[in-house]
Amino acid sequence: MPRLSADARHLVAFTLNGRPVKGLASPRILLSDFLRHEIGATGTHVGCEHGVCGACTIEVDGMLTRACLTLAVQVDGSTLRTVEGLAPAPDRLSILQAAFRRHHALQCGFCTAGILMSLDAFLRETPEPDEAQVRDLLSGHLCRCTGYTPIVRAALEAAADLRKTTRETAHA
Amino acid sequence: MKPASFGYVRADSLDEALGVLGNEGAEARVLAGGQSFMAMLNMRLARPRVIIDIMRVPALAELAQRKDELVVGAGVRQARLLAMPGLERTLPLVAQALPFTGHVQTRSRGTVCGSIAHADPSAELPLCLVALKGHVHLRAAKSRRKVAAAEFFTGMMATAKADDEMIEAVSFPVANGEGTAFREIARRHGDFAIVACAALVSDHGIRLAVGGVADTAVARDWPHLEGTALDDALNAFAYELDARDDVHASARYRRELVRRIGRSTIEEAARCRA
Amino acid sequence: MLDMPRDTADGWVGRAIERVEDAALLTGRGRYLDDLGVKPGTLHMAILRSPHPHADIIAIDTSTAQALPGVAAVLTGADIARLTTSLVVGVKAPVQCWPMAVERVRFVGEPVALVVAEDRYVAEDALDLIEVSYRSRHAVVDPLAALDEGAPLLHEGFPRNLASDRSFRYGDPEGAFARADRRVAISILYPRNSCTPIETYGLFAEYDPHEDAYDVLANFQGPFSIHAVIARALKVPGNRLRLRTPRDSGGSFGIKQGIFPYIVLGAVAARVAGAPVKWIEDRLEHLSASVCATNRATTLAAAVTADGRITALDFDQVEDCGAHLRAPEPATLYRMHGNLTGAYDIRNLAVRNRVVVTNKCPTGLNRGFGGPQVYFALERLMQRIGVELGLDPLEVIRRNLIPATAFPYRTAPGALLDSGDYRATLEAGLAAGRLDDLMARRDAARAEGRLYGIGFAAVVEPSVSNMGYIATVLTAEERRKAGPKNGAQATATIAIDPVGSVSVHVASVPQGQGHRTVLSQVVADVFGLTPADIKVNAEMDTAKDAWSIASGNYASRFAAAVAGAARLAADKLAGRLARVAAAQLNVPVDEIVFAGGKLCARDNRANALAFSRVAALSHWSPGQLPDGTAATIRETVFWTPPELTAADDEDHINSSLCHGFIFDYCGLEIDRDTGAVRIDRYVTAHDCGTILHPGMVDGQIRGGFAHALGAALLEEYAYGADGSFLTGTFADYLVPTAMEVPEPVIVHTQTPSPFTPLGAKGVGEGNCMSTPVCLANAVADALGVAEVRLPLAPSVIAALIHGAEAPAPAGARALAAPHAGGAKGEKLMRGAGKAHVRAAPEAIWSMLLDPQTLDSIIPGAHGVTRVSDTEFRADVTLGIGPVKGRYKAQVALSDLDPPNAVTLGGRVDGNLGFGGGSGRITLTPDGTGGTDLSYTYEAFVGGKVASVGGRLLDGAAKVIIGQFFAALARKAGGGGAATPGLFARLFARLLARLAALLGGRAP
Repeated sequence: MPRLSADARHLVAFTLNGRPVKGLASPRILLSDFLRHEIGATGTHVGCEHGVCGACTIEVDGMLTRACLTLAVQVDGSTLRTVEGLAPAPDRLSILQAAFRRHHALQCGFCTAGILMSLDAFLRETPEPDEAQVRDLLSGHLCRCTGYTPIVRAALEAAADLRKTTRETAHA
Repeated sequence: MKPASFGYVRADSLDEALGVLGNEGAEARVLAGGQSFMAMLNMRLARPRVIIDIMRVPALAELAQRKDELVVGAGVRQARLLAMPGLERTLPLVAQALPFTGHVQTRSRGTVCGSIAHADPSAELPLCLVALKGHVHLRAAKSRRKVAAAEFFTGMMATAKADDEMIEAVSFPVANGEGTAFREIARRHGDFAIVACAALVSDHGIRLAVGGVADTAVARDWPHLEGTALDDALNAFAYELDARDDVHASARYRRELVRRIGRSTIEEAARCRA
Repeated sequence: MLDMPRDTADGWVGRAIERVEDAALLTGRGRYLDDLGVKPGTLHMAILRSPHPHADIIAIDTSTAQALPGVAAVLTGADIARLTTSLVVGVKAPVQCWPMAVERVRFVGEPVALVVAEDRYVAEDALDLIEVSYRSRHAVVDPLAALDEGAPLLHEGFPRNLASDRSFRYGDPEGAFARADRRVAISILYPRNSCTPIETYGLFAEYDPHEDAYDVLANFQGPFSIHAVIARALKVPGNRLRLRTPRDSGGSFGIKQGIFPYIVLGAVAARVAGAPVKWIEDRLEHLSASVCATNRATTLAAAVTADGRITALDFDQVEDCGAHLRAPEPATLYRMHGNLTGAYDIRNLAVRNRVVVTNKCPTGLNRGFGGPQVYFALERLMQRIGVELGLDPLEVIRRNLIPATAFPYRTAPGALLDSGDYRATLEAGLAAGRLDDLMARRDAARAEGRLYGIGFAAVVEPSVSNMGYIATVLTAEERRKAGPKNGAQATATIAIDPVGSVSVHVASVPQGQGHRTVLSQVVADVFGLTPADIKVNAEMDTAKDAWSIASGNYASRFAAAVAGAARLAADKLAGRLARVAAAQLNVPVDEIVFAGGKLCARDNRANALAFSRVAALSHWSPGQLPDGTAATIRETVFWTPPELTAADDEDHINSSLCHGFIFDYCGLEIDRDTGAVRIDRYVTAHDCGTILHPGMVDGQIRGGFAHALGAALLEEYAYGADGSFLTGTFADYLVPTAMEVPEPVIVHTQTPSPFTPLGAKGVGEGNCMSTPVCLANAVADALGVAEVRLPLAPSVIAALIHGAEAPAPAGARALAAPHAGGAKGEKLMRGAGKAHVRAAPEAIWSMLLDPQTLDSIIPGAHGVTRVSDTEFRADVTLGIGPVKGRYKAQVALSDLDPPNAVTLGGRVDGNLGFGGGSGRITLTPDGTGGTDLSYTYEAFVGGKVASVGGRLLDGAAKVIIGQFFAALARKAGGGGAATPGLFARLFARLLARLAALLGGRAP
């Protein structure tokens, strides 16, 4: 049973987007701060630090997670995915990301990382969503720029594209 | 907006968690899904000396039907319960209410028992537990007890749980042919309820539980009332709940919703039974 | 119904190309302020904020905080006042405006002290150790009440809290009212709201003591007139304040203008700490103390002919700018001054403008800036005119619209409306959005007894502010003294490097609007290149870039002004490049065309030179430039439209350069049970001049619509009557989500502006002006009511529908006295109750006066000490569930009537806030040795607990009060009731709220 004292910094190691990473954190350090300022993964943003805005949403062990409502020490040994891990290659965009760009589903882009993480997980579990389902999912995020409509449209189009890709892969 | 300092214990077993809790008492806080507690920690509204993370205790992950009860361990996340095959038959009320609890992104982490322990009077899961006459299973290092929902919730964010106790599990009686319905009025989807109503209609009569109005979810049992008799019962109930004004709704509005939404929820439950 | 982004032109401009910004933002490679690394040794700032709306600061003890390991510096208002000068105040008055409270706090959230430490966590630890003692003053939050005689006064230099009172008269309003068939009037209260960008304020600041120079990187959005304000406050010349902005910003909507007081604090903190300082505002700070739109009380009357023609308007506006009149306020009130007659041809106008201060957060830029407040009054009035005259409200709008033949049209107060065909846009909107269908839906709904309404709004959307409009708050005489102010300098620089590739630099400080993409389109078209060939840099650096006071991102100035300036700069370079090419290709200059990456002869495209070759010539071989042709290396254009003249002596002001037009209508249904509004269809027809990028224009419309929908239905910065701030989290300040925002039907017409280089006008703010009132008009139509307030909360709407409430049934459990406070949740609470204790009144009496007893019955007390016979002090730890805080408590007993009655009063202060109250307890013997105890109480609470936990407070108070009486009963020999839980409920309603357990009036 690990007992971590309040004032010392402790080793925290996990897998981030397929690569092992580690750093030091005292127990109170939030995962959002740890990712951004200790690991240097600044793609995950912080908007409210009380779990409402959704900007810091990431995936921890397959679960959508508000990084601001998580302690860094909690994810020791876990597997994390963040926005930096979505694209298939550094100079390419994923199907979802490309749909966002086509539909102008972002303006300032600050909330976008969290929304992408939610949709990425959602579309894996719900390959044929309807608009109501997408809006229900998105209600866990606040976007102040877009009015949401382009995000909904990008998500639905990405779902269709992903289904096509899956079919093509299956037939190949 | 950063937490004050605290120590952290990741319990591997229930005994370990209870041991720390027994030693630290009120200075310790159990961390499960953290969806309410962590926000309080960040705002420094809560300043525990030590946090006990119970999410890697295998024994708390139980989600199983035992006789006529569904037992939900302290480590069971809301998303897992919602995704449980057959939930709409086993616990139709919970299946109806749980989608109103937060959002996909918070249900994925938040636990069922954590919501019960938090005892927010507007939350859906405490309301379901009260409506269904469920129980809370409390454990301390050297004791265990089973508390009925109505006795567990003692006030706004206040429960019968002692400082050295933690919730091991909650149990919901499984459905037995009654009609159930759930309706919630909130400012936005996923917000805490202004008024939430859970109704059960069975051979014995009507049971209506209301959240968001009094300090806890409160239930009433009536015979099969109809028409103005039901109106009168709902009106009396509405006043008894002693609603308050807040920034989102007036007390009078809450009473009005208890009358109107209470009635439509009961009617829906009756239809569902038929 | 929503169209896909579509191409409208042959060139790049007008096409909805993918944004150059997006790939980085989609892959986590943004460069927002907090993403940028910091210099080693950078320290972190945290700010202690006032829990009080209005109080004198008696003392601040920072010694414990200073001593905390890791803390580099702690500064208070006195330090700030010593090291800076007051921020400029927007009117001439003997008033100071500090970025941190000096001697007195005037709103909840006002900075009181700052800490600089090794990290933010430690800095916040140190905040907890700063002890501030306050003496409360009465607060005032209502702008009309603030004007009352005897109202609490915020600033001695603003008698009766009035910062400005000006009256204006255009045409002959008195005559028009005297001659009018009808006078229709309306009074409205526009609430406070804010666009709350998801990225909060952030800055890095550094100080060089040898040069006495500050270097600040901040997500400031402009206008850069504020640069002068900051430099003046820091007591350095402008060239000693380098202000930079990062590439990416997480949204602003005006709000990030309001960071400037914090730039002053951060800069001073860096100077004192002797190290670079970083500060990231957190969300609680943002909601309570960044900046928000003004709330306004308006009475507006119209002189109307029998057929609905308006001949005069009479505005009486009372603008509430919060606790300080910070630059550029009172600009919110004057931004619309030239447009007060809206989209209508109204020749007579009277205006009275008053600016008041109240104990609320200071105001500033916010999307729509002044428009929502004006149009809520004006377009509600249009609807009322229709109702009162028995006319179709749409017909009232039609009859008053400025005719298409009248442009450019000079309004009565002086705006020059550049172009438009309002009637055509209106009719296009009606057709495309199928008003007839909505009418049929309304008929059908009403036939079934449902509540369905249709609302309209017609709005002129100004853009590109005249930097001189704010001076309209001054009299002509004061303006003459202050010197003329007018214009709106836009800048753009285009540079060509030695390999002939093109860069564009602008001072537009984009906040997510895609400026870089649009500029690449504009410049590509001039040079015959593709947008991908153009590299745009919109980072801002006042030490290196071309800029002026109008630089920045506000007043929807990008498309009209900045993109236009870039076009002019590109044209200048293109002219020279054409001469170079003409000489080499041996054709006349006017036959050179730019196409396909080449400069070629119009009639012989094979006779061509590569663009890069021509473009690079100035670097490699300037001697080959034709005689008289300047180099093509870099061109900076400053452009200011001549139409933006200063206010004249009769107070005519052309407050903005461009004026788009919006016509909105909607159908909505109201749920009879819940009062919830469901929007059936929302149609918004725009004319924003030439559209540069259809995707982005629609994006701006949808985004503005979502903000406006929030303001109409959900959002309000709510204050209790006593000044407590009630919406301090995103769980209480309700921003609409994807579930609440429907898709609007967007309709476009295009009337190019003759005053801008590209014909474009602003478009991003209009729906913030039109949509709230359009929805309100529909609700008024659905309910048949005259008065509609924002936000349209279901609770408020339901009160209009439900009529008298069913009475409580006879014999129902007796209720406590009605709780104080309305739907806005005023935190002042009252109540009454009864209890029974198994001890004689004398025994209870002696206990209430005994410190030892109090020590054991006050929940969480750590030692009660007696100050006098009737006064006590204690440290208490109070809490409920996981929420715990330490407080210093003072208790006083008064009006003693032993052993029959006593008033128990008290006050607590702590890190989570403060509270207090008083309770009158009456002890009556029950005849069997016990005591019946009855009580009434009044209590209040404020600070963080009220801001973030308002929803839970009542219950928390009940629990704590219950604990108090349970302990009292135990101490007195056993309670009359059973378990503590039941006991708590039984005694639930004594002194309210966290603090009030001790009861008592604040000393």
